[in-house]
Amino acid sequence: MIDFKVIGEPIILKNARKICPEDIEKCMAVGRCSALKKALTEMTPQQVVEEVKKSQLRGRGGAGFPTGLKLELAAKESADVKYVVVNGEEGEPGTFKDRIIMEDVPHLLIEGTILAGYAIGASKAIVCIRCDYIHAIERMQKAIDDAYKKGFLGKNILGTDFSFDMVIERGAGAYICGEETALLEMIEGKRGEPRKKPPFPPQKGLYGKPTVVNNVETLANLPFIIKEGADKFLEFGVEGSHGTKLFSLSGDINWRGLIEIPFGATLREIINLAGGIRHGRRLKAVILGGVSGTLVKSDEVDIPVDYKSLGVIEAGPGCGTVIVLDETRDIVDVAENIMEFFKTESCGKCRPCSLGTVTLCKLIHKIKTGEGTVEDLEKIEKVSIGMRKASFCGLGQTAPNIVYQSIQKFREEWIAHVKGGTNV
Amino acid sequence: MKEDKSFLIEELLKIQEKSKLHYIEPEEIPKIAKIFRKSPAEIYGIISFYPRLSTNPRGKYLIRVCENLPCHIEGAEEVVEAIKEYLGIDFGEATPDGKFYLEKTSCLGLCAIAPVILINNKPYGHLTPAKVKEVFRGYMEGEND
Ligand SMILES: Cc1cc2nc3c(=O)[nH]c(=O)nc-3n(C[C@H](O)[C@H](O)[C@H](O)COP(=O)(O)O)c2cc1C
Ligand code: SF4
Ligand code: FES
Repeated sequence: MIDFKVIGEPIILKNARKICPEDIEKCMAVGRCSALKKALTEMTPQQVVEEVKKSQLRGRGGAGFPTGLKLELAAKESADVKYVVVNGEEGEPGTFKDRIIMEDVPHLLIEGTILAGYAIGASKAIVCIRCDYIHAIERMQKAIDDAYKKGFLGKNILGTDFSFDMVIERGAGAYICGEETALLEMIEGKRGEPRKKPPFPPQKGLYGKPTVVNNVETLANLPFIIKEGADKFLEFGVEGSHGTKLFSLSGDINWRGLIEIPFGATLREIINLAGGIRHGRRLKAVILGGVSGTLVKSDEVDIPVDYKSLGVIEAGPGCGTVIVLDETRDIVDVAENIMEFFKTESCGKCRPCSLGTVTLCKLIHKIKTGEGTVEDLEKIEKVSIGMRKASFCGLGQTAPNIVYQSIQKFREEWIAHVKGGTNV
Repeated sequence: MKEDKSFLIEELLKIQEKSKLHYIEPEEIPKIAKIFRKSPAEIYGIISFYPRLSTNPRGKYLIRVCENLPCHIEGAEEVVEAIKEYLGIDFGEATPDGKFYLEKTSCLGLCAIAPVILINNKPYGHLTPAKVKEVFRGYMEGEND
């Protein structure tokens, strides 16, 4: 079982592992579904959208898109059917936050999803969960079944004229299917290759209908915002980044697991919450936001992990993944491991990415084994820049991030490999 | 495009779960193709896209190992070597008796207990080469059958 810690007042993990989610009565006794009652009986869909906009909630799936704006875009569309798609594909290496939400607080996610559906005028939600998350799928299915029995899902919810259905569709394990349009293709029963954007899903999404695709953690924030109000939510965190964030912590730290903490903590503070670097070693770098994110050097870890502070170094908290590397880690080996992942997961639709990842793997391996030249290193940089510009989707555009940054930030280590020496 | 009554990928997973060897049997293809109004070739094309789906028989025990960064940091490479040596197979291979099949997988969201493998979806975490033998003994001797 994966451990978690809550720092300060939680929004997401409040009753996690204290109250069994398989007992909906107990969950309701501590307030579950009261936000739904409030929304359906006291608020118009428009007011729900406004409240979410006011909360400044930003998507927790990686891109940080303002959630209220996304809901508003879909709400504005007129269509016979609209959908909410819950993105529980979670494939970014080092990430396990959505797993824990679905396993331990499924009713919170379900409630948030119904709220999103009410806000945009949708009639159905499709919850996509990667098939490997067996326990999460069981817990979610039970929670959905119980919600139907209690009248929180189905026809005329709580006696109102709002009806809403929810089904689970399992994902068959392709990382690219976490990308929202690839996810829609998967639901439609096709190969999960990304679509051209625009049109964006709120205009033309699942089966061509207005669709809101949101990350699990994003939706799990909605019940708090509606029940306690956006003003209360804004009290959490720092300017521009409100609420709490879940961070999946792994790597060379003493404690590996999930933490929920209000926005504003620095990376150093987060590492200390994880018991610091293990074996009494020193920190080398942190990979923030997953292997498609940012390489933060040890002298940069005093930066707060929020959108504004990280914006300065052109980074973001992403999905909140923190992989810690100690001083003994070989940056070239790390780069190779990451590029191997992208090579495996490139969907093959466009050449800059499918060829680029293969080329980069070859070049990195050549350098790692002492066969590479300075020209090879320069070629890695060139290919990286090319992929960022020319790839069709976010996977290929961000795949070279860490490799490229590692050459900028640890050039001497790369050079040491080129010359045939081994580093550290 | 109209909404289907069921999801093709979900149905394919269900079909595969019926097979003891973790694969979609060839006679299933035309059936599912008909239900979803696609050609068998299209179905094959779709299956080939998804790492969890397979049209080749795998094994009674499907072993999936993760070597992504958090697992790599915790020594996944040595664990993988130990498994390969112990079972005498490489990735994409089954033991001659068809009992074990070894496959690479991307991150399983179990990085906090890395390095991790799954045997028929049952996770084994904090693995070391020494622990690998312990884990497999139960399967070798049929205790976990
Ligand atoms: C290659 C790739 C993989 C992604 N994987 C995920 C994922 O596993 N889960 C997720 O919620 N978003 C993922 N995203 C982001 C989604 O495309 C999308 O931005 C997100 O689901 C929107 O939800 P949010 O606004 O609530 O964050 C991925 C994006 C890319 C480019
Ligand atoms: S960038 Fe990569 S993952 Fe994205 S469409 Fe191109 S090949 Fe596929
Ligand atoms: S990296 Fe292996 S389970 Fe996440």
